[in-house]
Amino acid sequence: MIQTTENEITIDAAGVSFRDLNTKLREKVACGAEKIVLLNVCGQRYIGTDLNSPVAINIVGTPGNNLGSFMDGPQITVYGNAQDGSGNTMNDGQIIVHGHAGDITGLAARGGNIFVRDDVGYRAGIHMKEYEDKKPALVIGGTAQDFVGEYMAGGVLILLGLNLKQGEHHRANYIGTGMHGGIIYIRGTVEEYQLGKEVGVAELTEDDYRVLGEYVGDYADHFDCDAKQIMNSSFIKLYPRYLRPYGRLYAY
Amino acid sequence: MKTYLPSRFMVERDKDRCIRCQVCVNQCSFDAHYYDCDDDTIRAREDNCVGCHRCVSFCPTNALNVRQNPLEYKSNFNWTSQAIEDITKQAETGGVLLTGMGNDKDYRIYWDHLVLNASQVTNPSIDPLREPMELATYLGRKPNEVEVDSDGKLKTKLAPQVRIEIPVMFSAMSYGAVSLNVHKSLARAATQMGTMWNTGEGGLHPDLYQYGQNTTVQTASGRFGVHAGYLSAGRIVEIKIGQGAKPGIGGHLPGEKVSAEVSRTRMIPEGTDALSPAPHHDIYSIEDLAQLVYAMKEATNYTKPISVKIAAVHNAAAIASGMVRAGADIVVLDGLRGSTGAAPKVIRDNVGIPIELALAAVDTRLRQEGIRNQASIVVAGGIRNSGDVAKAIALGADAVYIATSALIALGCHVCQQCHTGKCAWGLCTTDLALTKRINPDIGARRLSNLLRSWSHELKDILGAMGLNALESLRGNRLHLRGIGLTDKELEILGVKMAGS
Repeated sequence: MIQTTENEITIDAAGVSFRDLNTKLREKVACGAEKIVLLNVCGQRYIGTDLNSPVAINIVGTPGNNLGSFMDGPQITVYGNAQDGSGNTMNDGQIIVHGHAGDITGLAARGGNIFVRDDVGYRAGIHMKEYEDKKPALVIGGTAQDFVGEYMAGGVLILLGLNLKQGEHHRANYIGTGMHGGIIYIRGTVEEYQLGKEVGVAELTEDDYRVLGEYVGDYADHFDCDAKQIMNSSFIKLYPRYLRPYGRLYAY
Repeated sequence: MKTYLPSRFMVERDKDRCIRCQVCVNQCSFDAHYYDCDDDTIRAREDNCVGCHRCVSFCPTNALNVRQNPLEYKSNFNWTSQAIEDITKQAETGGVLLTGMGNDKDYRIYWDHLVLNASQVTNPSIDPLREPMELATYLGRKPNEVEVDSDGKLKTKLAPQVRIEIPVMFSAMSYGAVSLNVHKSLARAATQMGTMWNTGEGGLHPDLYQYGQNTTVQTASGRFGVHAGYLSAGRIVEIKIGQGAKPGIGGHLPGEKVSAEVSRTRMIPEGTDALSPAPHHDIYSIEDLAQLVYAMKEATNYTKPISVKIAAVHNAAAIASGMVRAGADIVVLDGLRGSTGAAPKVIRDNVGIPIELALAAVDTRLRQEGIRNQASIVVAGGIRNSGDVAKAIALGADAVYIATSALIALGCHVCQQCHTGKCAWGLCTTDLALTKRINPDIGARRLSNLLRSWSHELKDILGAMGLNALESLRGNRLHLRGIGLTDKELEILGVKMAGS
């Protein structure tokens, strides 16, 4: 462990178990660390899980599943790929992934932001919700697999498709299936058959462009690209057609 | 569309006794009574009556009786009145039949085919009124062996344990499904009696954080109201995979029930449906379960036992073995007769296995694999009295969960209308006019009384057997005998036939 400045700490995670690593993180955060750099991270799960202060955690390597689950405040930056379940049931904070992220990224998140530079796996943003001033956002620079935005109950999901080649489309099916809240913005188009049956398609309003512009601006800041160029393309908006999709399913 | 459904109940009003005070009119939340001012009389809309007997209980002159409609279809073993009326209702609505409470079909209740032992001559019975009796139970993972240092101090680091004074806990009922006053009653009674109550998947109201030491906080597939503060507020964290009344099915709390307070606790906007997906989308395998168990352990810094609840299904024994290996400190089995605030009737009535068989199978399997000590077993689903509790303990349970019994203690008459949100007893509703019918002080007293009665009775049962600690009965199937069971049933239950 290298202590570079009083509040900035570097930890070599090589060969350290997730339990020991998280114990160390907890200790350091309790002692007032403001920035922690984790080197040689290789598959350790649950990093940042129970932290609730605005500490910055920079991860070099590949963190394991459930990165920042239940997290309430920290800002995690991953220089590498993240695995499954990043931001699971997150309450607040930020996860920035300079690479890909796996399945169920942002599962049931209630607040905070997740930025993924490249692609995400299956069921990203599933069952994200919003509540009072809490509104989670998942911004995906690349593309997503099937069931993206499934069961969404709130928040904003943005799919930019920046790594798609000319003429290439998003391939996800069942987009937003079961969606009953929140908004999905997609750069480019998707075919009707790719959408869940609870999803409607609309053009963006001025308000939409303002919201989208802010998140794209943040994305461009994080990953050093041109926000204007991204915004200078066509977007569609997906919205839930019913707030109570299963209201008529039952006989009382 | 004209309904072809006959009314299920008849309201009988004794005109001589009725003083037209309209208590029945005001008490009925289903509008089955009304005052006819032209004739200055009270009349009934029998179609609306659900048979909850709220009016009968509150009529000051005993003028009312509510009976099942004696209407008899032509007798037929296949086409029962239930079968006919279910089809009729579906033809008129096109919907999935919803229902409340537990399975009411006549599947065999194994508790009623098991009898307990008592001491006669060869060993003395014990009088619990004058001799110490131990009902205390510790829930949580037990070590394979313990090491003690030369000073007699324990060297082995124990996993977190939760002590309960009576092996009966209140099962999960979410705020939203039941009212805040029910939660308050449960929390206070659990605190008074030294046991646990369970939040269900609906978060914990801020007023109830003070009862945290006696609270099991639940997280299910919807993750409603789950945040770090909630997880650390409870003494046990329970991951709900399934529920006995609806194995494999998620939950749909209708928007009408998501009031301002419920919204605050569930952390979703007011009036929106709270949809719990059928699976946890981060759990598709035992390995994934291990991941969520350890996410919970990390989130609570290994200070609390993590409980995992499943519905008792065909492969419960193998699944439970996987759960223990995945790190569950408490395994909860919810049987075929487990109750619900709302479930599709076809699922409630047809899916799952009786809890007695599941319990025996799971306990046997965990023993065979040498991992029984690694988790406590808690069973739920239709426990009606202290006799059932004693039999469950003897079959291998560490403790039981009760929910329907607790609601009955609060006034529930098991009319199975929980899904309508109109509970006249003020239990399974968020309508503020109805929820006021439960006074948490009185509710807590009724629940504490129930636990106190059962606790006395359990001591009587133990004393009669010549045992002075519940621990000696736990998994001690020699104290059970079966009656009217086949060889195979006896084999699965691991008990001998009465007389042998």
